[in-house]
Amino acid sequence: MNPAFGSHAADPKPGTRGLILRTAHNLAIDTATLAQVDAEQTSRGEVMAEIVRHLTPFNTSDVRITGATVISKDLSIDSLAIMDMMLDLEDSYDISIPLNVVAEIHTVDELADTILRLRAERQG
Amino acid sequence: MGLFDRHAGIVEAYRDVRTTGADPFQIRMDRVLSPTEAIIDGRRTLLVGTNNYFGLTYDPACMEAAIEAIRAEGTGTTGSRIANGSYGQHVALEQEIAAFYGKKHCMVFTTGYQANLGVISTLVGQGDLLLIDADSHASIYDACKQTQAEVVRFKHNDPASLDARLRRLADRPGNRLVVLEGIYSMLGDSAPLKEFIDVCKKYGAYVLVDEAHSLGALGANGRGLAEEAGVLDDVHFVVGTFSKTLGAIGGYCVSNDPDFDVLRVVTRAYMFTASLPTSIVASVRAALKVVQARPELRTRLWDNVRTLYDGLAAQGFTLGPMPGPVVGVHLPDRATTIGFWRAMLDAGVYVNVAVPPATPNGVSLLRCSLSAAHTPEQLTHMIDVMTGIGRQMGVLPAGPRLKVVAQHG
Repeated sequence: MNPAFGSHAADPKPGTRGLILRTAHNLAIDTATLAQVDAEQTSRGEVMAEIVRHLTPFNTSDVRITGATVISKDLSIDSLAIMDMMLDLEDSYDISIPLNVVAEIHTVDELADTILRLRAERQG
Repeated sequence: MGLFDRHAGIVEAYRDVRTTGADPFQIRMDRVLSPTEAIIDGRRTLLVGTNNYFGLTYDPACMEAAIEAIRAEGTGTTGSRIANGSYGQHVALEQEIAAFYGKKHCMVFTTGYQANLGVISTLVGQGDLLLIDADSHASIYDACKQTQAEVVRFKHNDPASLDARLRRLADRPGNRLVVLEGIYSMLGDSAPLKEFIDVCKKYGAYVLVDEAHSLGALGANGRGLAEEAGVLDDVHFVVGTFSKTLGAIGGYCVSNDPDFDVLRVVTRAYMFTASLPTSIVASVRAALKVVQARPELRTRLWDNVRTLYDGLAAQGFTLGPMPGPVVGVHLPDRATTIGFWRAMLDAGVYVNVAVPPATPNGVSLLRCSLSAAHTPEQLTHMIDVMTGIGRQMGVLPAGPRLKVVAQHG
């Protein structure tokens, strides 16, 4: 295991004083992101599953979330909540998604591709 | 597709807001009476949402200085300092702000928004890394759009989150600039600056702190959070505004960097807009003197913070994480917030509405900002008004105080 990644896993969770600001939706996200994904085992399927897990609380329709789901249109999620979700995904995969790249991500597929690409760059 | 179609969602949300009656985003003050009162809809209204932290908009010395400057140098400068030249007042103000912070250089901008926009977008460029708090002000986000630097967000007020991001970027070339705020404008919380500075030092990152809402309010001399945290020497750039504590309009940036002044000829938000009229500059110079000469205004502001924050907390309101000149009152949703705001206005108390997407984490807030000019009576009255509305709207349980008395009796 990447030692730097290991030390990150030991980082304390964000300060509890921030917690009071979280809405019920976001609380659900926080507890759902505790699982850290091991560097060697990042497959596309796992990334997709992780993204869907983050987005499910925002899916108010009966339609299943797929790779083609347009995050800001098909789900009841505002732009800020999307960016907060990205921060959690960044920490799960130990990557940073630059703001200009965030702006180009529309679908679940695009988000998964971005995560996998940045993940590969880090390992490469 | 029409030009305005992309705003359809906002138009719809805005229509909902307006159908409740008064429009919180187009409030009209028929006449402003003082730092704490105005006539709105023909009614004398208490103002608790104007960022007038020291109440200096009506300070006699500031007003006289402005009037005198208009008589001496006219109403406006009619151009930028690069094209039309600087007035002596501009230069004097820059020297006085630099001296206030104990820094070598200062640049004054026409608004605080432009100070952030211009400085941040110009300091970092292609190949550099700009790291910003997720809850940063719009002026900081807009600077991100203007720079070629790669922008990475970290979790709000979370030094460990910044550390993780700087660590991931460790093998990347380029300068790193971290942007923080002294007091965040919506929830009123402050950055854990000492911890952030430690992280920045570890990775050799430059630090910029926006003290827009903390000038005057924080620090033994009112210099802001950097002074209060004892790290002013470790902050490379302080940005601030004249439009809150100093009661006028304009922005500034101070720094010790020997090459700082080159920003005057490369920062578009400085070069291509008209400079401040000298009346504004004169009133700001007078206000800065008041901030330094009358620390009791800071004491009074914080007394008022305690009165309102503790008073609302005692009634059961959910507030922002720490007491400060900005007090955010959490309400369950947008509709409740706007209804509550409207009821307060009808009762003669004006605060700000802050609803998504202007707020972090999708929260809906009544945003209150305190002034040294508020009297304890005004604030006690406001707490009574809010408690009454809160119970009526079911935001607070009905008459909780009576139950407590009964238990102890």
